[in-house]
Amino acid sequence: MLYLPHTREDIASMLQVVGVDDLDDLFSTVPEDCRCKGDLNLPEPLTEWELNDHMAALSNSVAVSPEYKVFMGAGSYEHFIPASVSYLLGRSEFVTCYTPYQPEMSQGTLQAIYEYQTLAARLLGMEIATASHYDGATALAESLLMAIRVTRRRKVAVSRLIHPLYRRVVQTYFEPTGYEVVELGYLESGVTDLTGLDDVDDLAAVAVQSPNFFGCIENLRAIGEVAHDKKALFVASFTEALAYGLLKNPGSQGADIVAGEGQSLGIPSSFGGPALGMLASRKKFMRSLPGRLVGQTKDLDGKRGFVLTLATREQHIRREKATSNICTNNSLCALAAAMYMASVGEAGIRELARLNYDKAEYLKKELKNAGFTIRFDNPTFNEFVVEFPEGFKTTYERLLEKKIVAGLSLAPFYPELANHSLLCVTETRSKEDMDALVREVKS
Amino acid sequence: MKESVGTTGLILNEPLLWEKGKKGRCGFSLPRRDVESFPLDQELTAEGPDFPDLSEVDVVRHYTRLSQWNFGVDTGMYPLGSCTMKYSPKTNEKQASLSGFSGAHPLLPASLSQGALKIMFELEQYLAEITGMDAITLQPAAGAHGELTGMLVIYAFHKKKGAQRSKIIVPDTAHGTNPASAALCGYRPVPVRSNEQGILSVEAIAEVMDEDTAGIMVTNPNTLGLFEENSQAIADLVHAKGGLVYCDGANVNAVMGMVKMGNIGVDVMQLNLHKTFSTPHGGGGPGSGPVCVKKHLESFLPVPRVVEENGRYLLVENYPESVGKVSAFHGSVGVMLKAYSYIRSMGPKNLKRASQLAVLNANYIKERLKGTLHLPYDRPCMHECVFSDKHQATQKVATLDMAKRLMDYGFHPPTVYFPLVVHGAIMVEPTETESKEEIDQFIEAFKAIVNEAKEAPDLLHDAPKSCKVRRLDETTAARKPCLAG
Repeated sequence: MLYLPHTREDIASMLQVVGVDDLDDLFSTVPEDCRCKGDLNLPEPLTEWELNDHMAALSNSVAVSPEYKVFMGAGSYEHFIPASVSYLLGRSEFVTCYTPYQPEMSQGTLQAIYEYQTLAARLLGMEIATASHYDGATALAESLLMAIRVTRRRKVAVSRLIHPLYRRVVQTYFEPTGYEVVELGYLESGVTDLTGLDDVDDLAAVAVQSPNFFGCIENLRAIGEVAHDKKALFVASFTEALAYGLLKNPGSQGADIVAGEGQSLGIPSSFGGPALGMLASRKKFMRSLPGRLVGQTKDLDGKRGFVLTLATREQHIRREKATSNICTNNSLCALAAAMYMASVGEAGIRELARLNYDKAEYLKKELKNAGFTIRFDNPTFNEFVVEFPEGFKTTYERLLEKKIVAGLSLAPFYPELANHSLLCVTETRSKEDMDALVREVKS
Repeated sequence: MKESVGTTGLILNEPLLWEKGKKGRCGFSLPRRDVESFPLDQELTAEGPDFPDLSEVDVVRHYTRLSQWNFGVDTGMYPLGSCTMKYSPKTNEKQASLSGFSGAHPLLPASLSQGALKIMFELEQYLAEITGMDAITLQPAAGAHGELTGMLVIYAFHKKKGAQRSKIIVPDTAHGTNPASAALCGYRPVPVRSNEQGILSVEAIAEVMDEDTAGIMVTNPNTLGLFEENSQAIADLVHAKGGLVYCDGANVNAVMGMVKMGNIGVDVMQLNLHKTFSTPHGGGGPGSGPVCVKKHLESFLPVPRVVEENGRYLLVENYPESVGKVSAFHGSVGVMLKAYSYIRSMGPKNLKRASQLAVLNANYIKERLKGTLHLPYDRPCMHECVFSDKHQATQKVATLDMAKRLMDYGFHPPTVYFPLVVHGAIMVEPTETESKEEIDQFIEAFKAIVNEAKEAPDLLHDAPKSCKVRRLDETTAARKPCLAG
């Protein structure tokens, strides 16, 4: 086997040093009745070449670009990724190292994550960002638990326009805690309705996503003011990080904690993961942050260097009183995001975000012209809700045959929005793709 | 001794990203604009974020230089205890990056994502076979995330029975994340000491196990690298009081094909695909922490579950007792693909062989270094062995000094100061992918360092000397945190 370097002679001489006769004897401390009888029932090994064929066949059965035109976002967005980013990310010094516990041997990862923390904080308009979390949903759940720790209050208000799957993760995390999640409804215009907050006391956080699940841009400033009036923290969530290349960032609008998904920043969809949970906050909450943090320091010669820091918040030191149980996070995804942000730069990200906005507006206009209803008036970023006529399911199925995925049906998530779909357009969809979609849904 | 692999090489300096670049540069090929510009309320927009503007060459040099300050498994031996830093096969990377997987949208209809679902389904079956458990969720994104999911399952089990419990037993040889994972579910960890042999005794558990205790979290093999010999009797005792047995399966690399946890009383366990199943750790993740349960807990697993029906694969949500969701989508699918590729490349015999050789390597190191370093538990070990710095105390040399000096010899240090039960612990996990020559060189390096500790201890106090930086001031980093530039 090519990953097992031991020759027969190696094994014999090593067993002799250990003082046993054969490999099974190494397991003398495992009681007889704990041992497996017989071999594992698994497929026999494939050669590298057989594996290539096997995996290629499975990969080919999945509907992806460029063969398929997928008009679906909803928390996972198709964006162009430069070859330089994929190539650099494959450098095995980054890929095959562990969490940087030994900083002298891990300065590459540490500086890169420090740079990620900085660029993430700048993108979100916050003072500090963590080294990464598993995904947007867990980052949100952890940020709400953090708000509870900071405020010592027991309830959080969560907009129904936060990604429905994120809300389910929040529910799962909250179930054993005894803390309460209050849901806020939405207005006809497609943004969060805050009237539900009127009678809520003991509020630790108000959490809203912008652009929200319907693609609508929320008035973050106004929501932040309401949250602060109630002495709660304002938690801003997001699923499309690219939006902040163009839109006012949550920090400038009064957010105390920002938590969301950074997959758009150079990370492939990969059927939903690995992803990039981004979590940023104001500096005063630094010691309540969950997860890893990298900080700048100096070495014995006074040279700049970087280390994992503020470990007294963490599980291996604080044990059950830790701010989180996180050990592994999604460091390599954070590195991808940093490389991507460095590649697009300030001017590039603004232009790219603007192109996403304009393309979605183009599709909106064409769908309107074709007689479909755009459900919400509020400005949107790169996705929006369309009302299709009764029986759209047949059209949707017909379009699949033509290798077009016409958005995501909202009925399973919002029963009141039967016949409504969430459509997404990024820079990867051309005018021809959009024209073809409109032509097909019309026919 | 052979010439050490450690040298200084040519390590280039590289500033921070924003100390480079110039307005007017861009490292991204901006897509063609094929639609007109639409009006947008200026109230909503801002100037772009304060990112540096760099050319592609700037970016490539920056990260290439940074990468050269790092040490990975591909660079050399990385015997970090409990982390299973085995070689990550390159074919796995290739398979995971196939466009049908990397480009797949997580909400595609099942009919359009059969290949991805089939791999998830089959991976669950393989993991069930390896662990002897009945049902698997692949959704947790890391080992500690798996622990949390397992605890949520235990919480849901007791809740359904109508009598929630308040405590959970966590031995001193468990992984560091365990108490925090339990606390997230409101359970109070009850510590238990391992015995003089470094394992749990039935009596110690009997003393604390009661009907207000939800169960026990055992790391097996434990963090001393020892097999919990009394695990079946402990499981019987915990079960008799209505509790459940959670096994932290981060160390399963020691026992594939040798022990199935499902056969020795374990009810719930997590696996770490980024340890046992060769997926790379990426400088801190992403990982994947599948949770395996016995039949009686299957209904509590996160949704959706992957189900097979007449050769077609479906995602099914309808499990009313489920704990819900722990990830937005399906977890780290990219990582699962690599683990799947590994299992298919290895096959049943090589997986077992991998565990046997991992145990052989660890025992070989233990035997050859035990005269040099203090070995607190002189017993046959599993995949890792734990030494201490007791012999070096008189020379005023500590574990940390030896660890730093190993860097100069071209090795990543072992895990240090963990587990806490051993003062000044040095926890060595070589894994099966290190050859005898590599291991011999590591042993020789350690012996040379122990000799230096006697004759020239300052070589150790001043180490490392051949890395990009010397020892870093961690105290100031924590006292006056600078987390962004």
